[in-house]
Amino acid sequence: MENNSLIATDATILFAGDSGDGIQLTGDQFTTTTALFGNDVSTFPNYPAEIRAPLGTLAGVSGFQIKFGSEEIYTPGDSCDLLVVMNAAALKANLKQLKPGGMIIANTEGFDPKNLRLAKFPEGVNPLEDGSLDSYKLYTLDVTKMTKATLEGSGLGTKDIDRTKNMFVLGFIYWIYNRTLEHTITFLEQKFAKKPAIVEANIKTLKAGYHYGDTSETFMQRVQVDAAKITPGVYRNINGNPATAIGLIAASQKSGLNLFLGSYPITPASDILHDLSKHKNFGVRTFQAEDEIAAITSAIGAAFGGSLAVTTSSGPGIALKTEAIGLAIMLELPLVIINVQRGGPSTGLPTKTEQADLLQAVYGRNGEAPLPVIAARTPSDCFYAVYEACRIAVEHSTPVFFLSDGYLANGAEPWRFPQAADLPSITATFATAEDAEGGKFLPYKRDEKLARKWAVPGVKGLEHRIGGLEKEHETGNISYDPDNHEFMVKLRAEKVEKIADTIPLQTLDNGPEKGKLLIVGWGSTYGSIKTAVKRALADGYSVAHAHVRYIQPFPKNLGELMKNYDHILVPEMNNGQLVRILRDKYLVPAEGFNKIKGIPFSSEELYSKIITLA
Amino acid sequence: MSTLSPDIAPETFTSKDLVTDQDIRWCPGCGDYSILKQVQTVLPELGLKREEIVFISGIGCSSRFPYYMETYGMHSIHGRATAIASGLKATRPELSVWIITGDGDSMSIGGNHFIHLLRRNFDVNILLFNNEIYGLTKGQYSPTSELGKVTKSTPMGSVDHPFNPLALVMGADGTFVARSMDRDPIHMRTILKRAHAHKGTSLVEIYQNCNVFNDGAFEVFTEKASKAEATMMVENGQPLIFGAQKDKGILLDGFTPRVVSLNDVSANDLWIHDESNRAKANLLVRFFDDATIEGHFPRPFGVFYSEQRFTYEQAFNQQIEDVIASKGAGDLDKLLRGPSVWEVKG
Repeated sequence: MENNSLIATDATILFAGDSGDGIQLTGDQFTTTTALFGNDVSTFPNYPAEIRAPLGTLAGVSGFQIKFGSEEIYTPGDSCDLLVVMNAAALKANLKQLKPGGMIIANTEGFDPKNLRLAKFPEGVNPLEDGSLDSYKLYTLDVTKMTKATLEGSGLGTKDIDRTKNMFVLGFIYWIYNRTLEHTITFLEQKFAKKPAIVEANIKTLKAGYHYGDTSETFMQRVQVDAAKITPGVYRNINGNPATAIGLIAASQKSGLNLFLGSYPITPASDILHDLSKHKNFGVRTFQAEDEIAAITSAIGAAFGGSLAVTTSSGPGIALKTEAIGLAIMLELPLVIINVQRGGPSTGLPTKTEQADLLQAVYGRNGEAPLPVIAARTPSDCFYAVYEACRIAVEHSTPVFFLSDGYLANGAEPWRFPQAADLPSITATFATAEDAEGGKFLPYKRDEKLARKWAVPGVKGLEHRIGGLEKEHETGNISYDPDNHEFMVKLRAEKVEKIADTIPLQTLDNGPEKGKLLIVGWGSTYGSIKTAVKRALADGYSVAHAHVRYIQPFPKNLGELMKNYDHILVPEMNNGQLVRILRDKYLVPAEGFNKIKGIPFSSEELYSKIITLA
Repeated sequence: MSTLSPDIAPETFTSKDLVTDQDIRWCPGCGDYSILKQVQTVLPELGLKREEIVFISGIGCSSRFPYYMETYGMHSIHGRATAIASGLKATRPELSVWIITGDGDSMSIGGNHFIHLLRRNFDVNILLFNNEIYGLTKGQYSPTSELGKVTKSTPMGSVDHPFNPLALVMGADGTFVARSMDRDPIHMRTILKRAHAHKGTSLVEIYQNCNVFNDGAFEVFTEKASKAEATMMVENGQPLIFGAQKDKGILLDGFTPRVVSLNDVSANDLWIHDESNRAKANLLVRFFDDATIEGHFPRPFGVFYSEQRFTYEQAFNQQIEDVIASKGAGDLDKLLRGPSVWEVKG
């Protein structure tokens, strides 16, 4: 680069403003431009909980955080190097996220008396002027004024001019980080193709923001983050919920089964319903049911009919589905139950993330009712994990729990997406007329996996009844026989345990095969643990990381693997759930490390804990 | 039990072919036996293939029904048969789906799914066995039990205002609304055939005697001595006439129905039953008086209302056909690729 930029291995920016300030769009644009440049990136949006919180208030602040680097990036960043705030509330809500000595870019118009009052600053106090931000590098811009000046004579109304001000900010940030405007210009031309005046105004403002960096006499230090050495290939950006939706469609296409989704809207799972509803040309059937119970029971009906049936929800909705999950276990029909976890209990923290539904998934039913549980670790991993959930459901004739969470659902990362042809096969085994030979079809006859064949209505000779009452081995007839009941309970459990024969052994994500400390994680804590362990290893600590995807059944070698370390630490965003299961199953002195604040672990806090044990 | 080899199986089946090898566990004398018998009698006459028939039930005495039908079947969980049937019918529209439910199953625990199934108008048949009591749990009052009903859970009498099931069905925009009774097999068979013929959700309320916990609940309508006076069999295009001597009728005076004597009023001036008339059907389902009160209206039986409205599964699957016709079948690689990509070179 021609300028005297500071070279950094990574940078984290947090954009914050009112919902109406175009924060998400600004963040998305910066993400794509940066990814196209060749950085590794990870992003996380932070929407206000209220749909339309009053302008200028703390409740109305929308945020978007991006971490990008010349090395691999696993999280959207613990704290930010640059905080971009469009108003006083955005500053107040996010200042704690800024690194000591970090940079603030503030839109001065958002700090007028009205905005200061709405953000609940004391009368007469303006943080941009009172010296309270002296420990940071503060740059103030009158974005509104400069946008107006740029578009003077454009013929656009004040409202339209005002709407382009995020482009000024974006242009300026592009200048700071030495990025080109090309991608955003193309994006604007496509988005507003039918409104040439708006395209022109936005591009003009974007360029004005960029040139402001060049021409203004700011002492701004530009930053250069070089392209990362990442695996060559074609990448796209992906969030967890769309990855889940695409994974389901892929499983449907590869198995040749029609996809049916029974769902009821709930935060943060609804986007899977929205996404699948858009893809009906894949034969996807989405049914917005009257409640959570109908969502799962309609899926059970579709599964009986031979569809790849799925239901999506979050904790409170899963609680309502509990009885029907038990039915699916008794019916031994394929069904995928998706829980995009959020803070609980009860309504809890709908827009915040948590991992507190693991015990609910593993144990939360009446009677002895085991089922497989699989958890995704990153946004793009939602694709592979839900695909695997579908495979297990179909090939082992069982309902399967797939766990995601709010952090994965809304977080995004680059994804070197696979080719359809490279995806593993999923084979459904349907009962045919031949299974009724000898005049008696046995609906609960099992194969070597202990799975039963899928006998769907419409096949002559296979007429049979299934239900929630205990059934006799093989015939499926109602049975109250004591020995049969105990036999069946154990058989159903063995069927789930046998899935361990078909899943990969547990591998280490990082670190030595023997050592002082093993971190066992699951789900969305992956990025923070990965970052912290990497750092601890570089600093010479004896620590390894295993991230568990298959929680029921566990991979066969997990118990042995844990024996190779002096300490086992299980970080979870709950009060200790996986740790209980591990201790129960393997009698290991695993120790919990818990955070229950509705926000992910920072790699810093994990690192600090690791070095006390490793 | 199936004894048919696929190669030599005849295209039709008989009532006998619908009998399973399971022992029927209903109490002797239960009204359910008659309903099972009528269903097994009628089904072979409907031109269906046996393997295309599915019976789905919830929980309750009536919900044992699928175990006694040699078709496909599911005995599910309490109140959810309607929702399970919705998912099945949405994805397998060619199947003939029959829902077996009771007054507790459909209107208490399953009330929500019941009304939503009706408004969506899936082409399924619901047989609502109404015995005005919880039988399987041994005798608590149900949402159709009359006010003041003394049961195990209401020793001082129920204070619940009961549902009028057919008024509920009309309120949920049901497209086929009918009532029959266990003690009138001929009538029931006629109504079952009509229910099957209707394209859309067919709701048949069947008065069913629980001879153990609520014996005689419908006696006044079913017993010879009182039936003619207490009931009124409605037929499309026919005047509303009842009584042992067929000497009474219903006259519609504005929106007010009146019982009149045919000695005073000509049959031509009576209310002529019109199944397609929603307003009149809404009045007819309100003929719900306590049959012991002097001057009460007769309780109607038959098809109250029938309307042709598109079915949910038609529209549901049509959308998919339409989008495939206009956009082409989905391309998985294109979907995986998403709207914008970039290449990282080695």
